[in-house]
Amino acid sequence: MSVVAGKELRIVGFLCNWCSYGGADTAGVSRFKQPTDLRIIKVPCSGRVDPLFVVRALLTGADGVLVSGCHPRDCHYTDGNFYARRRLEMLKRLLPFVGIDERRFHYTWVSASEGQKWQQVVTDFTNRIHQLGPLHVKKENEG
Amino acid sequence: MSTEKVKEAIAKILPDVETVICYQQGFDGLHTTPLFIKIPEEINGLIWNPLCVQNLTSYLPSIKKKVGIVVKGCDSRTIVQYLQEGLIDREKIVIIGVPCTGVVSVKKVLREIGHQPVAGVAFDDNGNIVVKTSKGDRTLAIADVCPDKCATCQYPTPIVYDYLAGDPIKSDKPKESVHEDIRQFDEKTLEEKKAYWEKELEKCIRCYACRNACPMCICQDSCIAETREPHWISQKLSLTEKFMFHMIHAVHLAGRCVECGECERVCPMDIPVAKLKKKINTEMKELFNYEPGVDPDGKPPMYTFNVDEVKIKEHKL
Repeated sequence: MSVVAGKELRIVGFLCNWCSYGGADTAGVSRFKQPTDLRIIKVPCSGRVDPLFVVRALLTGADGVLVSGCHPRDCHYTDGNFYARRRLEMLKRLLPFVGIDERRFHYTWVSASEGQKWQQVVTDFTNRIHQLGPLHVKKENEG
Repeated sequence: MSTEKVKEAIAKILPDVETVICYQQGFDGLHTTPLFIKIPEEINGLIWNPLCVQNLTSYLPSIKKKVGIVVKGCDSRTIVQYLQEGLIDREKIVIIGVPCTGVVSVKKVLREIGHQPVAGVAFDDNGNIVVKTSKGDRTLAIADVCPDKCATCQYPTPIVYDYLAGDPIKSDKPKESVHEDIRQFDEKTLEEKKAYWEKELEKCIRCYACRNACPMCICQDSCIAETREPHWISQKLSLTEKFMFHMIHAVHLAGRCVECGECERVCPMDIPVAKLKKKINTEMKELFNYEPGVDPDGKPPMYTFNVDEVKIKEHKL
């Protein structure tokens, strides 16, 4: 397990290739300090993110899921993030209904130049997940 | 009696269509099963009563020839949704609408009579169903044994039809009552809701009956719950996989579920599966003022977007 026991949690990030992945890269190149809990999965567009990706991640081990794409109107494919916005908002409202804290899932827009904003997003989201604690309590630790 | 009117309408349209889909008596008095009428003599086999619960419209997308179909108000919403999504050709279906005052949930009746074999069923004029069993007759008010959807039904008269068998009825149920159960459930704490779903979904045997009966589950054999590539869920017998399956069903019906209640009707384990979909519908109504299966010219909210979403606010961390 690569998760540092007691220190790190599992956060999965779905980042669009054109803006947010670039933004994360900018943050890295600029050597902005970031928490290391986030594992990034690059997707072509935030419109590629099936809400079920998020559900699957949360059910099978992730403590938090972050989705980030281009700002609305700036999508590389013109309208991918507009569809994503509707789907992800639907999911955000569905999660608490099935007993998953909707704060464990966040979607946002970060452009390739916004290294600073990316640092902020990752730091704030990681802090929030740490406040909420792990979602999955290991079975062997119980009783 | 509307049975006669339905028969009349079918006799009228039969020369123009290949088949008319309606209901016939099933293996006992309490059950009905689909009837496919091809020749006029077969019309006599038709029955129409509050036990005609199945949503027959599920057949439509797979039929290529011109067909007639008998629908209740709730079933007509499926047709409207099919039209919105371009899954059927309006020219190729002839709709016989029947205004409906509520149907009977076979499950609820069986529960009431203690799952006794049924010898016969009759309906009286006061809205009661009389079930004959070897232990005597049992009279039940239809309103007490109706599916949950009937209690808040807004569309007793079909929304689209070519022939209407009977006089149109207006709904006497308040519009606010439709999503009341969802709002009440949502007020529970996260832990309570989690425990509720864990308990309910643990029962799931993954027979996929809810998916097979669902008129909007049009992928059917290509359902991602069963494909190996991508391998969304495994055969593992765990709550996670069961939960995942129901999330797949719910999310794929986002803004499309017409609340016909077929998923719950066919569930052998009595899981309230329609609740998840109804929750999404509640949100669709609030976010986009959209109700599935109501307006033939409408567009499902997940198929479209607004550049500036009025109701979706950016979430702060």
